[in-house]
Amino acid sequence: MNNLTSLQALQPILPEIALAVGAMVLLMLAVFAGDRAARFVNTLCILLLIGVGVLVAMQPAGRIAMFGDGFVVDGFARFLKLLTLVGSAGALILSLDYLTREKLQKAEFGVLVLLATLGMMLLISANDLIALYLGLELMSLPLYVIASSNRDNAKSTEAGLKYFVLGALSSGMLLYGASLIYGFTGTVNFAGIAKAVQGGAGIGLIFGLVFLFAGFCFKISAVPFHMWTPDVYEGAPTPVTAFFAAAPKVAGIAIFVRASVVAFPGITHSWQQIVVFVSIASMALGAFAAIGQKNIKRLMAYSSIGHMGFALVGLAAGTAEGVQGVLIYMTIYVGMTLGTFAVILSMRRDGVMVENISDLSGMSRTHPTMAFMLAMLLFSLAGVPPLAGFFGKFYVFLAAINAGLYTLAVIGVLSSVVGAFYYLSIVKVMYFDQPAPAFQRIPALVGLMMLVFGTLNIVFFLYPAPLIGAATAAAKSLF
Amino acid sequence: MAWPVLSVVTFLPILGALLIMIMVRGNGPFAKGTARWVALWTTLVTFAVSLVLIRRFDASSPEFQFTEKHDWLGVASYHLGVDGISLPFIILTTALMPICILASWTSVQRRVKEYMIAFLVLETLMIGTFAALDLVLFYLFFEGGLIPMFLIIGIWGGPRRVYASFKFFLYTFAGSVLMLLAIMAMYWQAGTTDITTLLHHGFPAGMQKWMWLAFFASFAVKMPMWPVHTWLPDAHVEAPTAGSVILAAILLKMGGYGFLRFSLPMFPLASEYFAPLVWTMSVIAIVYTSLVALMQEDVKKLIAYSSVAHMGYVTMGIFAATHQGVSGAVFQMISHGIVSGALFLCVGVVYDRMHTREIAFYGGLAHRMPLFAFVFMLFTMANVGLPGTSGFVGEFLSLIGTFKVNIPVATFATLGVIFSAAYALWLYRKMVFGALKPAVEGIRDMGLREAVIFAPLVVLTILFGVAPKPVLDMSSASIAQLLDGYGKAVKTAKEEGTKQEGTKAAAAKVPTVEASVIPVSATR
Repeated sequence: MNNLTSLQALQPILPEIALAVGAMVLLMLAVFAGDRAARFVNTLCILLLIGVGVLVAMQPAGRIAMFGDGFVVDGFARFLKLLTLVGSAGALILSLDYLTREKLQKAEFGVLVLLATLGMMLLISANDLIALYLGLELMSLPLYVIASSNRDNAKSTEAGLKYFVLGALSSGMLLYGASLIYGFTGTVNFAGIAKAVQGGAGIGLIFGLVFLFAGFCFKISAVPFHMWTPDVYEGAPTPVTAFFAAAPKVAGIAIFVRASVVAFPGITHSWQQIVVFVSIASMALGAFAAIGQKNIKRLMAYSSIGHMGFALVGLAAGTAEGVQGVLIYMTIYVGMTLGTFAVILSMRRDGVMVENISDLSGMSRTHPTMAFMLAMLLFSLAGVPPLAGFFGKFYVFLAAINAGLYTLAVIGVLSSVVGAFYYLSIVKVMYFDQPAPAFQRIPALVGLMMLVFGTLNIVFFLYPAPLIGAATAAAKSLF
Repeated sequence: MAWPVLSVVTFLPILGALLIMIMVRGNGPFAKGTARWVALWTTLVTFAVSLVLIRRFDASSPEFQFTEKHDWLGVASYHLGVDGISLPFIILTTALMPICILASWTSVQRRVKEYMIAFLVLETLMIGTFAALDLVLFYLFFEGGLIPMFLIIGIWGGPRRVYASFKFFLYTFAGSVLMLLAIMAMYWQAGTTDITTLLHHGFPAGMQKWMWLAFFASFAVKMPMWPVHTWLPDAHVEAPTAGSVILAAILLKMGGYGFLRFSLPMFPLASEYFAPLVWTMSVIAIVYTSLVALMQEDVKKLIAYSSVAHMGYVTMGIFAATHQGVSGAVFQMISHGIVSGALFLCVGVVYDRMHTREIAFYGGLAHRMPLFAFVFMLFTMANVGLPGTSGFVGEFLSLIGTFKVNIPVATFATLGVIFSAAYALWLYRKMVFGALKPAVEGIRDMGLREAVIFAPLVVLTILFGVAPKPVLDMSSASIAQLLDGYGKAVKTAKEEGTKQEGTKAAAAKVPTVEASVIPVSATR
């Protein structure tokens, strides 16, 4: 498959090529047409993402490795790429009206999202340490920029800078870990590493592994590398926050899972301890720290930290069921996140965005449909059946129980009870408190996103088979 | 059986809810009326359809009937069915719902549409809980009920409604998540979550204890048993009348139903092992909460504590694991569903008029409200367990059943009968007899709507008190089969235990059986 002279051989990477070329073309368009065409360019970006999604979906089944086994396209990659594209496109759709109203409509915004998404897709398919690092950096650099895309706002620029400094640090750690692993195994290829660690690993390799995992944890904002999350979530423009909460998390979890499962299957017990600790710490911190939050974006930051902890429960199991659980969890998480942020983006009063939880007061009377959708999304985030979020938790804990991780499972479900408290508090504000003045008219696209993801969240239990089947197939492709 | 009766009964209410959601617009009197009528008709039709279940039910068979099975999740399937234990609860639910809707006819004026939707959704979830034959499906219905109940208490409740609704939700949720983990462990051990298969699976003894404890955490909170009962008085006091009725009559019964459906047949050895614990907690509940009830100043709180005491008889009877005990427990649950529901409705009647639940506020109601005095009297007596009312049969049977197994427990529990007479009669005397207090001078007696609400409950209370046979017969075969399996499992384990002891004596110094309480690592 190394025959690059034939265009045929490039077919597996066609979605990435299309995205890259498309992003360049749109960038040229943006340069020449200026900010007048910004909304048009951003709309084209959404269409491009959808087109790439179709290309990914049309790819033939089976595993194809390219570029010296550094880039693989398998069921796992296809599943997560689609999910990433949904996350990116969803966030862009949410951003259209916001950017216009806040006078932030810049053509480069969409293009930067496209480039970040390209990085995510490369990251998801990465099968050696070099490809991993390239994908990770391509993903991260545009993220730093769009975090501070509201250039005149101190909070936004602070968010971008903070994210950049800490992100650079974590990239350095990851690179250091990668070089240690290379040094002790003599290869950067995941399969090669797997072969080298078959009989166990020395202390040097474990060191490298820890640094590598630290980098991953930073990207998915798992404890103890979560500190940037609340500030960046709060400071960045809200659609950017929605984007951060959805797409990069998927890519981060993807590479976390692939690296652990494919490169280090021989020393599962070693990395399992790390994942168990990170998972417990994230779930607990996400649950307790969110209780005191007043700002809904900060609350969502802690909530996402907790949710990454839950997703890692599946990885901690280290089995195909566990990976299946992670995939189901992430899919549902992306849906819930986009739905919730659609509501947050509707919170506009007297021409300015409001983002305190108390601003939702009595919303069940001023905006009954929106309140109902948000309430169901919050119950779902808390993991109450029969909503979608319950099934995500169900599958990850199912795998954990099978792997004998009883302590992890018990701590996990108990922190979900603690977490339920703060989700309920928001429901309480919306349903039990006296109404505050109504919000401004909700933009059509945002309202549509809210309805789509809110409804999917509620009716998921009626026909869960397709998602579960797809996740099972995708998880099997790694083992 | 051409049509899936059970699914229809389960999902009819939610269809009604959707109908209200689509049809009713605005907040005017017409919209309110439509919401009420649609809800009433939905619940009535559901009840009518559920009568088909009774008609076609074969009480002589202990097997699950009206079963339906479809693929759903890979792990679990959509599997419904009823037997003699679950059918009475389903009928109780469908029968009480129209009454609840009627009871909220005038007292709920705020957000009527949402109120009716919440109740109808709740009805589906409650019926589903009793009809589910798959553990995951059961959990889905069981937990799903928290959402509408949380909203009912929180939106239409009293002054401390926020505290009460949070307490209700978090207590129940915390108990249930542990059960969810147990369900998963059972799946990996048995390879299925199908209840019909699991009933005959026979889990290893060490694992049973852990599973039993996890299920107990959930059901004991739901029941509620002392010492995790404290959410109940708060929830009852703050909930609107119909919410209290549903809470007392049906939601509490899910705990007892869970013990009967899961703990006893699936973990017989653990049930036997932990029975003394349950008895102790039950007796404490009966005696202690009865005494607490004596001290209450709020009518609803008093009835709430009396509910905890009455549920003590149920848990005691169930874990006595004798035929009388278990059928007494089932009967007690049905009877308590009717009686405590009716008592909360009685409170609702005076609360609607005077807007206070303080016992000291009322006095001499008999002068102004003779009809109410009669109805209240009847249900007070049934609550005490007067022979001739349904309350007597359940209490009596569960006491006899326990007496056969453990005399001290039964003796202490009998004390509760006296206490319950004390607080109930005291309450009745304070409120209904004596001089008419000036504050209640102008109170009206019950109207036609209220009479219609109480009529079926009065009839059933007396009917079941005089002729309890239909209810007992309905569940008899299923209970016999349950106890048969239970007895066999316990007996086999005892025989093996003595055998092992013999070999142990020979081999000397072998770790005891107790050491293997850690869950057995699950196999696929």
